Amino acid sequence: MTAAPRLDAPRLLKAQPVLSTVGLRKTYGKVVALEDVSLHAYRGEVLGIVGESGSGKSTVLRLLNLQESPDGGEYFLDLPERNRQNLFVLNRFETRQVRVHHIGIVYQNPHLGLRMKNTSSGNVAERLILAGERTFATLRGSARDSLSASEFPVARMDDPPFKLSGGMQQRVQLAKAIALRPTLLLLDEPTTGLDVSVQALVLDTLKRLQYELGITLIIVSHDLGVIRTLADRVMVMRGGRVVEAGLTDQILEDPQHPYTQQLVHAKL
Amino acid sequence: MRLLSVEGLTKRFQIHQLRREVPAFDSLSFELSGGEFKLVSGPNGAGKSTLLRCLYRSYLPTSGKAIYCSRLGTIDLARAADEDIALLRRQEIGYVSQFLRPRPRVSALELVAEPLVHAGKSRDAALRDAGESLEAFGLKPELWNAYPTTFSGGEQQKVNLARALIRPNHLLLLDEPTASLDATARLALADRLDELKAQGVGILGVFHHPEDVGELVDSRIEIAPLESTNVAYEPEARPA
Repeated sequence: MTAAPRLDAPRLLKAQPVLSTVGLRKTYGKVVALEDVSLHAYRGEVLGIVGESGSGKSTVLRLLNLQESPDGGEYFLDLPERNRQNLFVLNRFETRQVRVHHIGIVYQNPHLGLRMKNTSSGNVAERLILAGERTFATLRGSARDSLSASEFPVARMDDPPFKLSGGMQQRVQLAKAIALRPTLLLLDEPTTGLDVSVQALVLDTLKRLQYELGITLIIVSHDLGVIRTLADRVMVMRGGRVVEAGLTDQILEDPQHPYTQQLVHAKL
Repeated sequence: MRLLSVEGLTKRFQIHQLRREVPAFDSLSFELSGGEFKLVSGPNGAGKSTLLRCLYRSYLPTSGKAIYCSRLGTIDLARAADEDIALLRRQEIGYVSQFLRPRPRVSALELVAEPLVHAGKSRDAALRDAGESLEAFGLKPELWNAYPTTFSGGEQQKVNLARALIRPNHLLLLDEPTASLDATARLALADRLDELKAQGVGILGVFHHPEDVGELVDSRIEIAPLESTNVAYEPEARPA
């Protein structure tokens, strides 16, 4: 068995990545959750992360969201005020600033991202309040804009999320995540649990927003159909390590690593 | 002007579960110039489609080179970084298969116009060009604003071709695009390919019925099945 041939470094693409991590490592007690995970993504690019439960893909997302600290590694985002600064060494106040202004996240479980009994518009406005906005009219106007960009029916913007369908709840999360036009949008199984037709519509909204806003998107999913629809490149994880990375169609149609071949064939 | 030089390109699939290597083609070498239409021929299973997919990098070539002169510089498609391949796909390398990948709530007209909008054309101008292209391929105007998810195979293929050929690429890979097309659409395809050739686009195509594009073919590459000679050779090129 010969190893997959190595590729050259980029030569034609002159842009620098918006996001890069070097050697992420994370342990929980004796369990090594991540080992030597390096990744990068460009402006307007969608990077997919696939792998089975326990592969470490959600841990990567939590580190990128600055929710947890790693045991090793560095993380850079191309932000004017944080030029070439490892985001893992920021203090709590600085971390919060970066999270509020530059990183949005949509969770599989809307309870993690939303206050279910507050109004939907209030949920979205919360982001803006954290960023310092205090004028009621502005808050409401911006919340309405974000909700409508996420294709949420604005007539229902004052309904609390617990009264909404699963697809609608994900649109509220999305509106909240993009309210401040973040640099990076993280998606953790955003359409898992939605029925197929609703899933297609949410994916379509995501694709449109990502293109219009030029956001860099990282999507974690075990659903290869979702990854095929959205991602430009894919990273395959197993046991806390990256086993293979490549263009989405290449990973799905000509997987090189035994584990990826197993994964792809299991889904067909 | 030389556009692509393929040197000793080889593809083998490793099926880990079976601990087997399945060879697709071995040591192919040929050249393609700008404005040249080269037909890839050979029996079923010789690896014609696999060759196109290796050049588009849906498949990772096992060894060999494919030196491509892009507008941005010269690069080996077999070993180029994923990021560079993604960039070339967005800007100058097109791949046309037999299948359209429709998206929910995106009309035929918008789907065809999209590559032009992404390339920076205004929405109105792009939609106008898309309409002209769909008209040429013979898609009924009442379908332009409908969603292709529900179209017949032939109608979907018209949308697929209109979308894939609307932007003047530098290198175009055609994988049996005439399957399930009616006569009008086959003629429109030939006309469009002729136009693209005149603009200097290099075309590499696999056709089940080469007579559909007979007039346009400048040269051929024959891929022999691997059991025999394993070598690609080029019969004499037609005088230009």
